[in-house]
Amino acid sequence: MTYVAKPKFHHPDLPTNDLGYTHRDYEGTISTLCAGCGHDSITAAIIEACFELSIEPHRVAKISGIGCSSKTPTYFLGNSHGFNSVHGRMPSVLTGANLANRELIYLGVSGDGDSASIGFGQFAHALRRGVNMLYIVENNGVYGLTKGQFSATADRGSKSKRGVINTDNSIDLAAMALQLGATFVARSFSGDKAQLVPIIKAGIEHEGAAFLDVISPCVAFNNHAGSTKSFDYVREHNEAVNRLDVIPARAPITVNYAEGAVQIVEQHDGSKLALRKLGADYDLRDRTAAMSFLQRHAAKGQVVTGVLFIDEKPHDLHHHLATVNRPLNTLSEKDLCPGSAALAKINAGLR
Amino acid sequence: MKLTDIGDPNYFHKVVDCQWACPAHTPVPEYIRLIAQGRYSDAYMINWKSNVFPGILGRTCDRPCEPACRRGRVEKEPVAICRLKRVAADFKDDIRERLPKPAARKLGKRIALVGAGPASLTVARDLAPLGYDCVVFDADRKAGGMMRSQIPKFRLPDSVIDEECDYILNLGITFHGGQRIDSLKALLADGYDAVFVGSGAPRGRDLEIPGRAEAAKNIHIGIDWLSSVSFGHVTKIGKRVIVLGGGNTAMDCCRSARRLGGEDVKVVVRSGFEEMKASPWEKEDAMHEDIPIHNYLVPKFFTHENGKLTGITFEKVKAERDAKGRRNLVPAGEPDQHFPCDDVLVAVGQENAFPWIERDIGIDFDKWNMPVVDEKTFVSTNPKVFFGGDAAFGPKNIIWAVAHGHDAALSIHKMLSGENITERPLPDVQVESQKMGIHEWSYHNEITTDHRYRVPLRDKAAALKDIRAEVELGYDPNLALGEAYRCLNCDVQTVFTGQLCIECDACVDICPMDCITFTQNGEEDELRTRLQAPAKNTSQDLYVADNLKTGRVMVKDEDVCLHCGLCAERCPTGAWDMQKYLISMTHAGDGKCQAVRSAA
Ligand SMILES: Cc1cc2nc3c(=O)[nH]c(=O)nc-3n(C[C@H](O)[C@H](O)[C@H](O)COP(=O)(O)OP(=O)(O)OC[C@H]3O[C@@H](n4cnc5c(N)ncnc54)[C@H](O)[C@@H]3O)c2cc1C
Ligand SMILES: Cc1ncc(C[n+]2csc(CCOP(=O)(O)OP(=O)(O)O)c2C)c(N)n1
Ligand code: SF4
Ligand code: SF4
Ligand code: SF4
Ligand SMILES: [Mg+2]
Repeated sequence: MTYVAKPKFHHPDLPTNDLGYTHRDYEGTISTLCAGCGHDSITAAIIEACFELSIEPHRVAKISGIGCSSKTPTYFLGNSHGFNSVHGRMPSVLTGANLANRELIYLGVSGDGDSASIGFGQFAHALRRGVNMLYIVENNGVYGLTKGQFSATADRGSKSKRGVINTDNSIDLAAMALQLGATFVARSFSGDKAQLVPIIKAGIEHEGAAFLDVISPCVAFNNHAGSTKSFDYVREHNEAVNRLDVIPARAPITVNYAEGAVQIVEQHDGSKLALRKLGADYDLRDRTAAMSFLQRHAAKGQVVTGVLFIDEKPHDLHHHLATVNRPLNTLSEKDLCPGSAALAKINAGLR
Repeated sequence: MKLTDIGDPNYFHKVVDCQWACPAHTPVPEYIRLIAQGRYSDAYMINWKSNVFPGILGRTCDRPCEPACRRGRVEKEPVAICRLKRVAADFKDDIRERLPKPAARKLGKRIALVGAGPASLTVARDLAPLGYDCVVFDADRKAGGMMRSQIPKFRLPDSVIDEECDYILNLGITFHGGQRIDSLKALLADGYDAVFVGSGAPRGRDLEIPGRAEAAKNIHIGIDWLSSVSFGHVTKIGKRVIVLGGGNTAMDCCRSARRLGGEDVKVVVRSGFEEMKASPWEKEDAMHEDIPIHNYLVPKFFTHENGKLTGITFEKVKAERDAKGRRNLVPAGEPDQHFPCDDVLVAVGQENAFPWIERDIGIDFDKWNMPVVDEKTFVSTNPKVFFGGDAAFGPKNIIWAVAHGHDAALSIHKMLSGENITERPLPDVQVESQKMGIHEWSYHNEITTDHRYRVPLRDKAAALKDIRAEVELGYDPNLALGEAYRCLNCDVQTVFTGQLCIECDACVDICPMDCITFTQNGEEDELRTRLQAPAKNTSQDLYVADNLKTGRVMVKDEDVCLHCGLCAERCPTGAWDMQKYLISMTHAGDGKCQAVRSAA
């Protein structure tokens, strides 16, 4: 952990966004994670994505569970709302907050331990309900905070730092998210911001349950030979299916894409995602194809990254429940109390 | 672009902007850290070795280091490098024990030095301890040159000049004060093994316009008048004074006049206020003493009555660019202006004059009547005669005179040792990692946002009453500490080892200044546009290193790095390290002058 505060000075030629902020304005306090932790790069990518989207920090709620990964919301968006909840309970806190105020942008930040073990049920239900959020798992294959025990995402056959082989089958959270009905599913790597930042932007703009699995090496406990979540392993086995450009609503597509090499997906808010295909013929609108693609490549030891699936017409929990379309805290007594005549009518119906 | 060779001592030297800009290459951050630690004597000695006159320069230096200082690119103002130097001089202990001793064994070689200004004194200081017999001549009675004769006492007290000149004169030097050299030929005939000419640029330009002769009694040449003031020959001036000229002589003239009875003192310059040669702080100091500066006024004639000056008539001009883009002053078409006054000080420039150097002794002069002098070795076309300071290339300043002195001394030493004087030694470089623990460094890496501290001044009324009362009181130790912490420790270098890097991006993410990028290599111009932050300041280098597993390169823009060490602190593998590069120029007699040492 670093003791000095990050200096307030910034580069004189830093670009500013539509709000006049630099990316430095989206920082939180200085990270207390281990030097080199992949999670810090994800933090930086979230900062960059929010900066590029010109998001007003007070419109974001960042909610997390317990773990090194779940600590990271302190390190970005210092002016946003935050809730550091109980181990594995981020999804239910986020769901509740989202129901109460549908106007905020919800960032759920979790770890593989937090989501694939103690919070596995919560993870599943938030996705199957279609909560409008970006759910990010910072996936290092271990419980970093408690000193490196295998987590449920550790691959069978991979080796712990002390040389023990993992004999349990692993959970692929992206595959699970596909199966559970998430309407945006992606995977990326903390060591590849060029890929990660646009995916975070697309996930934030997606108006439904977006799930993002980010392989994020734990330099303290899971970055050795024999690990399948190390920088070297992921770089060697990374099978990126596409590269993404996020084009804001109303902006024309200025890049010239070669015919057939790009898929344009329009999001609900009018923004467009231009996905340049890489190698394999991959259709990101086909949920079942995506699931089998993942499984086939996982069997070969490959880590598939990119935007894996998008439902262009997502519906979220509010839509399913036909909730009131305003935040609850803006409802007055008049909106909330139907009056004694209405009560009498209900009571009469029950007699 | 090409990978950076950090073994080249100039690479990291350039990163230390202040040291690189200092003509004598004083290791600035090293002495500033010592001041912060209260080690004033140590800070003084670092200065003394590099620039010979820390107490004098800490009050008067032209400070080319400050406009270069990195801090000035990060916030409003640079570190007060110059005034911190004074702190070292003010609060040091008696350092005489630490000075070199007169040589115990003489080499039997005699060197004559003409003039006892900073250039000659530097040569003598470097050579006397090596055993050379240095014989210094000056027309003035005391040593110091223009530091003593020109710079007013309210900026530089005599006690400081005495102290620092004595440190040199006590090294076993023969000083002949009050002895003008009238013939270089005769001096050479005395059998000296080498002669150093440090006679300065002693002649002030005059202004030949109508009325000059008639009103002569009240028209004074600035530098002659200032030396008369310094030596106590002139003690008063009229109430209304006009100073013509916009350089530092003019600033010293007007401020001196204010102290000798001038109540209505004004400076008048031909060109614009912005174009004046005086430094911004000199103009501020003058205006602080109620001296207005009038610009775009060209003097046409002196007015006089019964042989007494009554004023000056000026023509108003404006600046215009001609077809070739050159800036010219053309009449503004306004009526002439007349300023009444009692005395005029003409400070419109300074010239060299070598009436005492014969033209048949192998020293070539150019068409401007300046000696032909080699810019590196300072030798003239006569291999035994060297020039330095204002005498070499025209009027400059003290720190340049010192720098010339060091280089000339080295040449003389090499020549008299039978070596080739054109082969110059590399600087000495000491490299030392600053890592103490995982998050501990042996330098103060916390970055303060404090703005530049003002130097306390003597009360204006009191200052104007006494021409010998020093105006600046200097920082006290507390202010000095605050100012010292503003220094960014630019000599503590970010050193990168590609083999150790796992490309985790931790350094990129933590760097407050967006200095670091991992990317594909490319041509420099293009590479500069696609870094974390655009690298628009092309005078600052990009540090490019390879040996990364992904085949990319690490590119660091040195421009606004705070040297905070966070990159090294967040690096899990030690691929970044903070290493202090203490770079010292090699002077005559320092170890082996030939030593060729790699920095890495
Ligand atoms: C008014 C004024 C203010 C200045 N203020 C500053 C300032 O604040 N900071 C700064 O850095 N610089 C300042 N300068 C410039 C600085 O003083 C000079 O650049 C510097 O002193 C030059 O050093 P030098 O060794 O070349 O010669 P000088 O200092 O000029 O010394 C030359 C000496 O040689 C002697 N001499 C000349 N001819 C002979 C001879 N034939 N025989 C014997 N002796 C001889 C002279 O008497 C003189 O003492 C100022 C200059 C002036 C005129
Ligand atoms: C209810 C509860 N059970 C167990 C723990 C201990 N614990 C703290 S963090 C953690 C695992 C965190 O792993 P992960 O979510 O992968 O985060 P990482 O540190 O790897 O980023 C565990 C088991 C706890 N804090 N609370
Ligand atoms: S233990 Fe692992 S996950 Fe936790 S901060 Fe350290 S490197 Fe990151
Ligand atoms: S910040 Fe300090 S080391 Fe850097 S240029 Fe300025 S004075 Fe020199
Ligand atoms: S020392 Fe390192 S972290 Fe600090 S500004 Fe320089 S490059 Fe950035
Ligand atoms: Mg984990």
